[in-house]
Amino acid sequence: MKLTKEEVLHVATLARLNIDESLIDTFADQLGNILEYVETLNRLDTKDVPPTFHAVDKSNAFRADETTDHLDRKSAVSNAPEEDDGYFIVPKVIE
Amino acid sequence: MNLHELTIHEALDLLKNKKISSLELTRAVFERIEAVESSVDAYISLTKDIALARAAAADKAISENDIKPLTGIPVAVKDLICTKGVATTCASKILENFIPPYDATVMEKLNAAGAVMVGKVNMDEFAMGSSTENSGFKVTKNPWNLSHVPGGSSGGSAAAVAADMCLGSLGSDTGGSIRQPASHCGVVGVKPTYGRVSRFGLVAFASSLDQIGPLAKDVTDAAIMLQVLSGYDPKDSTSIDKPVPDYRAALSGDVKGLKIGIPRQYHTSNGMSPDVLTAVQNAMNFYKDAGAELVDISLPHSQYAVAAYYLIAPAEACSNLARYDGVKYGLRDKESSSLIDMYRNTRSSGFGPEVQRRILLGTYALSAGYYDAYYKKASQIRTLIRNDFMQAFDACDIILSPVTPTPAFKIGENTDDPLTMYLSDIFTLSANLAGIPGLSVPCGISGDGLPIGLQLMGNYFAETTILNAAYCFEQATEFHKLRPEL
Repeated sequence: MKLTKEEVLHVATLARLNIDESLIDTFADQLGNILEYVETLNRLDTKDVPPTFHAVDKSNAFRADETTDHLDRKSAVSNAPEEDDGYFIVPKVIE
Repeated sequence: MNLHELTIHEALDLLKNKKISSLELTRAVFERIEAVESSVDAYISLTKDIALARAAAADKAISENDIKPLTGIPVAVKDLICTKGVATTCASKILENFIPPYDATVMEKLNAAGAVMVGKVNMDEFAMGSSTENSGFKVTKNPWNLSHVPGGSSGGSAAAVAADMCLGSLGSDTGGSIRQPASHCGVVGVKPTYGRVSRFGLVAFASSLDQIGPLAKDVTDAAIMLQVLSGYDPKDSTSIDKPVPDYRAALSGDVKGLKIGIPRQYHTSNGMSPDVLTAVQNAMNFYKDAGAELVDISLPHSQYAVAAYYLIAPAEACSNLARYDGVKYGLRDKESSSLIDMYRNTRSSGFGPEVQRRILLGTYALSAGYYDAYYKKASQIRTLIRNDFMQAFDACDIILSPVTPTPAFKIGENTDDPLTMYLSDIFTLSANLAGIPGLSVPCGISGDGLPIGLQLMGNYFAETTILNAAYCFEQATEFHKLRPEL
């Protein structure tokens, strides 16, 4: 199994990645091999098996709705590539 | 006496009795790092000034008899655990300049326990890999043979302990990333029960599988470190509020009557190294002689663990890694004129090939039309894998198996074919999918002089049982005392 070039490019768009033209074939092959391998799961009938998303059972973890210690605004934006007075600056979104 | 060779418990005794100071010990560790780091490449960054200041503070505390569980002990921390004011890169170009404004809960705990962090250690980028070859910065070498990998993803954590470049270290384990490098480097590594150790401040890879744990020179040290790390944390919504037992006190070394399950599927796998089989068989014989009972068990769905894991982990990863968009922290492509281009250019230049591969795989598995066939299917298989363990633990107390099919492979040997690399995780992935604890303890040396580890897995929150069984084996053998020549 091998993904098509279009499939690789479509998934890359969903994932917000650019795939270098020279690597499309490699990714198509490698992803295809992995997907072919995971096909082995279809040997098992799982019609009535509930899925496990978390191994250790725990329902919602709530806390009291009270103010606690938190990062101050300056620290929270301290790693921003571009920032102005506590706001993140990004390239223009609306033309 | 070479101070850097001490175990944590040996050093604690000497510190308490004022035979050595933490400054002497910490300096000795830095001298060792200076001597061998150019061969091993374990560290991404060193924090010498902070360490020496903390060591001096530890000495002052000791002089005032204020002694905590790790007072004055030099440790290394995997570079995906947030350290306030100290770069936390995840071995990725995308986080190369990230300086966390807060400490992970485990760092707060280490600091409160008096530990002295000497630096941040190398890993596979975003913990994706089994060899530390996927680091965005450098390839860590196995201290036992510099042309071999140290394992991964916590390869720097394991190599630093094995090469005496710290007394103990923190790693993280999503599919074997503590146990496998521990096995390859001849040290002890523990993956605790999911929820036992807070993940707050751990850079997320696959949130339902990730767990932080210690790598150490022996089982006693691992127990001391696990004690410090464990406990409920309201900042981690998956943290479990359950009392933490005294791990070190549980090390009696007595395994009489302990029922040890031997999964028949794990010992007939193809591609097993004869050296690994022999070492594991010797360990089984040892336990039998020590009064334990070996029980034949079956984990019939474990053969599907690799396939299930390599859908679930990438699916969770592609979601977790969506946050690296060049907006709030980390790398930004400054040339892009539109927001979408900035996302794409930032992510493509910041993530390495394995991370991109897993993001693509996870995105594919979650995309419209494929969710049921891949992610849901894998999550159903996860239930079956978990049920296998629950059934097995009706018949046995712990499960014994190899950690990996072979000792550490050569650098470059497996990099062309990601699937081959994934398949080497066959024995470790199931514990993450089920959420149960597991550890690796040294149990042999291959004909080529590379360490071999024994895996012991336990029921939920049964860390004491596997630690004690490992301790029993360790006390009767010398493997944990062997050190590589560097």
